[in-house]
Amino acid sequence: MNDVPSIVVDKLVKRFGDFTAVNQVSFQIRSGEIFGLLGPNGSGKSTTIRMLCGLLTPSSGSATVVGLDVARQAEEVRQHIGYMSQKFSLYNDLTAIENLQFFGGLYGVKGRALDERIAWAIKMSGLAGSEQLLTGELSGGWKQRLALGCAVLHRPQVLFLDEATAGVDPLSRRQFWELIHEMSREGVTILVTTHYMDEAEYCNRLALIDQGLIVEMGTPTKIKQTAIKGDLLLVECSPLGGGLAAVKQAPGVLEASVFGAALHVVVSTGRQPLTELPAFLAAHDVRVGRIELISPSLEDAFVSLTGSRALGSESYQ
Amino acid sequence: MNLRRTAAMSRKEFTQVRRDPYSLIVVLFLPLVQILLLGYGARLDANHIPVYVLDQEGSQDSQALLKAFQASPYFDVIKAVDNYHALVRAIDADQCKLGIVIPWDFSERLADAGRTSVQAIVDGTDDNSAQLAEGYAQAVVATYASNVQLDWFARYGLSQQATTPLSVDYRTWFNEDLESKNFIIPGTVALVMALMGALLSSLTIAREWERGTMEQLIATPVTALEIMVGKLVPYLAIGLADATLCAVFAVGWFGVPFRGGSGAFFLATTLFLIVILGIGYMISVATKSQLGASQYALLVTLLPTSMLSGFAFPIDQMPAPIRAITYLVYSRYYVSALKRIFLSSAGISDLVPEVVAMTIYALVIGFFATRAFHKSLQ
Ligand SMILES: Nc1ncnc2c1ncn2[C@@H]1O[C@H](COP(=O)(O)OP(=O)(O)O)[C@@H](O)[C@H]1O
Ligand SMILES: [Mg+2]
Repeated sequence: MNDVPSIVVDKLVKRFGDFTAVNQVSFQIRSGEIFGLLGPNGSGKSTTIRMLCGLLTPSSGSATVVGLDVARQAEEVRQHIGYMSQKFSLYNDLTAIENLQFFGGLYGVKGRALDERIAWAIKMSGLAGSEQLLTGELSGGWKQRLALGCAVLHRPQVLFLDEATAGVDPLSRRQFWELIHEMSREGVTILVTTHYMDEAEYCNRLALIDQGLIVEMGTPTKIKQTAIKGDLLLVECSPLGGGLAAVKQAPGVLEASVFGAALHVVVSTGRQPLTELPAFLAAHDVRVGRIELISPSLEDAFVSLTGSRALGSESYQ
Repeated sequence: MNLRRTAAMSRKEFTQVRRDPYSLIVVLFLPLVQILLLGYGARLDANHIPVYVLDQEGSQDSQALLKAFQASPYFDVIKAVDNYHALVRAIDADQCKLGIVIPWDFSERLADAGRTSVQAIVDGTDDNSAQLAEGYAQAVVATYASNVQLDWFARYGLSQQATTPLSVDYRTWFNEDLESKNFIIPGTVALVMALMGALLSSLTIAREWERGTMEQLIATPVTALEIMVGKLVPYLAIGLADATLCAVFAVGWFGVPFRGGSGAFFLATTLFLIVILGIGYMISVATKSQLGASQYALLVTLLPTSMLSGFAFPIDQMPAPIRAITYLVYSRYYVSALKRIFLSSAGISDLVPEVVAMTIYALVIGFFATRAFHKSLQ
């Protein structure tokens, strides 16, 4: 990892009609960095990536990828990038090997180099022995790794992964992230988008994006530390709705929201919430089960920063 | 244009055709089914058309003409009547499809100007066979008239160039054995090319959008031109193979002559395919949906090719305004070229007007097609 920025995004804006999908987004990504765009559906992640791949023209602002302007030098940019689109769609009626040969041909990889890269991609995706299967017959995890193989046959300097792990089983996701880290170690700059909070933790740096705006940027650790200004408590209580209403009135409570079957409550530091809160809630006819101090997750940070509802890491789509 | 990328595109497109049952049907069965249907269709409604005659003159010449009708396999002269009403009644009662009236001054005018006027009354209830019957009747008369004229030349010792020969439609001129299949089948190749070319090329871009592969494709360095050329080259090759198949079938199965040059055949077919594939491709770009694209493509390729190209409905029998429109119909030139290649011995040098017209079309369509697609999600 060095300090040369590989991607520079400056006040990038994309409007569709009078709807602003991406609003004044700026960030820089260093070579070899894994940078994550984290945000709910419709927050503008794909639109941002598409502008960086030269597939959409920015309404205003500018961006460069490996020093090339994405609006004016889109064709050159494409020589240096790999892209896995949101629905990483390979040709289902081609075999695994035919897909690789096709993309190899489009990226201008040839001869020995192509053979080597295809062998590497087959091995990497665990497809040895299944090269001649039609891609449509492969399972999600295989398809996904094959798509990654197709996207990096030409050893791009920059890799864009848009929701690359959506709809793939957890084991495949873990394997996938190992591959991503390996490429990062080899110096490939990687921009991923995700709405999985656990995945965001794998990134070196993150930008939280909501309704087209970046609301926070930094390492996952730093974001979690700075976003929650107080102590975070998990409170199991019933009824949940009454508990939420009541806890918001409690002294020292800064924020409260529903997380799954429990509440996450932020209280100002220096108080004694573990004793104060159960008493307060009991006085308001709310029965308290478990109550404990927890360390904030990215999701807590996100909710706190945007005031929006939780992303609901697994179920959100 | 990068050849390696274009070739990768072509190879992928060809593999997809090979694996797609729908495309395979279009490529392998459609041409044969089409040529069989039209070939046999042409045969069936052309044989033994029942004819009544009213010979007002009763001369040697008029009898000779009636013999020519009787000799043709397409007509059966069932009955001679002696008045016009009887003839009209017979047609109304469906006792015959065609009534022929030979005027009282037939031989006089024949000797005088070499111009004959024979009235043909056709049963118009079945448009198609009426047209065929009319066409055959004309052909019989024209052949007869030209024989008379040749006799006449011989008798008076005039050279043939000295007077204008009878104006006879070349189709009957070259199609001298007056076989309807010879008239229909060469044009069928145009129909097959239009159908196949339009159906396949209209899927190319729409399929990528519908299957969600387009975004991945345009994020690679492949250019719009390479996408177009790479995608259409396999269909051009398939089209030429299908055209060959049609020609072989026309000659081998139906016994249609192939007298012209194969160079001219492939040149004309290539030009026509470029136009058809370009149109299908542009429609595919515009609609982004496979079903919509194939329907529009058929509308703008197959319809004019079957109606306005002279493939089955002779252009010289169309009303003047429609005849004028046919000059804009690119398939007209291909059908004309095909008929001349099959039936006369036309080579490239005999087909200059057709080739020039089709080249212009190919260039114009090609020009717009290369500009139709942009690598953008906008
Ligand atoms: N081509 C388009 N035309 C109009 N609106 C669009 C288009 N593409 C995306 N949008 C809208 O822009 C917003 C952001 O979309 P997107 O970037 O796909 O979000 P994300 O990837 O974060 O889920 C959404 O509200 C979406 O409906
Ligand atoms: Mg998205």
